[in-house]
Amino acid sequence: MWVRLRTLLSEFYAAPYRGAIARARRDEDDLFMLFVYAELMGVPNPATYYTLELQPVLLERFHDWHTRMGLEHSPLDHFRCC
Amino acid sequence: MGYRFYSKFIAEKIYQLDPEFKTPAHSMRDDIDYVPTNRLVLWGHHFTAVAGAAPIIGPGIAVIWGWLPAFLWVVFGTMFFAGVHDFGAIWASIRNQARSVGSLTGDVVSHRARTLFMIVIFLLLLMVNAVFAVAISNEFQATPSSVIPAWSAVFVAVAIGVLLYKMHVAITWPTIIGTVILYAVIYLGELVPVALPNEILGLGPGPQWILILFFYAGVASMLPVWLLLQPRDYINGIQLFIGLGVLYGAVLIASPTVVAPAINPNVPAATPPLMPLLFVTIACGAISGFHGLVGSGTTSKQLNLETDARFVGYLGSVGEGALALVAIIAATAGFATLADWEAFYQTYNTQGTSAFVLGGARIAADGLGLPFGFAQTLLAVMAVLFAGTTMDAGVRLQRYIVQEWGTIYNIKPLQNGYVATAVAVGACLVLAFGAGGSGGTGGMIIWPLFGTTNQLLAGLTLLVISVILVKLGRPSRYTMIPMVFVTAMAFVSALIQLWDLYTAGNYFLVIFDLLIVVASIFVMLEATSAFMREKRKAAAAAAG
Repeated sequence: MWVRLRTLLSEFYAAPYRGAIARARRDEDDLFMLFVYAELMGVPNPATYYTLELQPVLLERFHDWHTRMGLEHSPLDHFRCC
Repeated sequence: MGYRFYSKFIAEKIYQLDPEFKTPAHSMRDDIDYVPTNRLVLWGHHFTAVAGAAPIIGPGIAVIWGWLPAFLWVVFGTMFFAGVHDFGAIWASIRNQARSVGSLTGDVVSHRARTLFMIVIFLLLLMVNAVFAVAISNEFQATPSSVIPAWSAVFVAVAIGVLLYKMHVAITWPTIIGTVILYAVIYLGELVPVALPNEILGLGPGPQWILILFFYAGVASMLPVWLLLQPRDYINGIQLFIGLGVLYGAVLIASPTVVAPAINPNVPAATPPLMPLLFVTIACGAISGFHGLVGSGTTSKQLNLETDARFVGYLGSVGEGALALVAIIAATAGFATLADWEAFYQTYNTQGTSAFVLGGARIAADGLGLPFGFAQTLLAVMAVLFAGTTMDAGVRLQRYIVQEWGTIYNIKPLQNGYVATAVAVGACLVLAFGAGGSGGTGGMIIWPLFGTTNQLLAGLTLLVISVILVKLGRPSRYTMIPMVFVTAMAFVSALIQLWDLYTAGNYFLVIFDLLIVVASIFVMLEATSAFMREKRKAAAAAAG
């Protein structure tokens, strides 16, 4: 009963704004991707030393990100994802 | 009765719902916008999204003509107009990849009609923000004990947002504690009523509240959705269900006597004619174009089965009709004598929420034994929160529209969130003050205009559904008759108001009204043109 109530309330809370929050989160993630790959695209980034090890982790999302940013093909010469 | 029989007929014979049809929530599932959702939950937030302050204000004003016309329009409007409209908007959307009615208008009717749709939506948002700011301001002045509880809701909402989103606390306890706090601060409000100074820089308390409210709405619309808008909507939804339960419970126990006349033979001077103004004074609660936007914008993306459209859409409008009915009961049976009622209803268009709050408080006090002051504050807070949440969302939507215009016409400053918010808030302030002078009463003056615009939007949505039905070779009279009726009522109302505003010398609103008259004419022309085209096609198909 308690669990069912919690599920119903959670769904009642989340459903109308699920899309808006997911989009806001994606916008933040997109900005973070820019920080991580900035140096590789010729944009100086003082935090490169710290973000370097994240690059392989985020590569899976790279294709979706650059197409979302309006770049039809990968902007990195040495990484042709498409 | 409407749900049990009429909506069943519409579902089976007209919209022909198919339980096997793959809804966009399944075919386009992305777990963001397109998510199959339990129909009870979906009904809950469809209902709370469409039910706001409007079904309280409209009936509160319209009973000036007597309780019977308002009662009949709410009952039959909900059954034969709103239900079919809301249900139809969801059905049309899910049959077209969950596209919004605005987007469908471009394809089904014409691109001109789509532009018209966008203009009507902008006018509607502008008016809804101005109207609700004035309604809240009036309520804060009439019930100063509601000020602290109403603003406390903002802090409770932010606390719930932080607990859920940042601290990942399970939802049940924050909900229970937040709701208890909301009701507990009502006592605090009674102990510390808040009234603004009689004059600051030449502005009375009303305009001061309006400025504060728009400043708040501007800031709120810039905050992240999870921090304020989402939890505020949520606790408002909870409050709506509790409030409806309290009021209907009190009505059943107290069985109050309706003191207002069935048809008022002594309507105050300067009250406009019942026909057609009743049909625009009560928009939400009988039929409202805004519901089509909600139904086709978000609800249709989350529908699990096509057959759920009947439960969610039709029953959603029945829920709003129930809110309008309780507002009518409060405004007609919540007064001790006919003389009290007549003393309260001395002018058209000035009561609205006050009638609901005063009358409802008396019924709640008689029925449930609540102290009158507490009940009055409780209902005032309920009405203020509804209007406040709509303002939050309305200013945010207007900001999006202004930013979109900035992108379309390449006007860089308008693309900036702060500038767009300032433009949106500024436009509402111009309307609130420009229409009614420094008293800031413009919002209430435009209430019938707001209803007119809302009905025009409903007419456009019904037009889209009717054209789709003609294309499918199904009977269209069940949507066509309501479409002709609401558009005609909106048009005649706009003409009557045009004359009234002109003779009153309110040229600012004359221009506004002219826009609505022109929009009505275009809706009628577009409707005729779309039908003739589809009929010709059908005749050609039959001949060839």
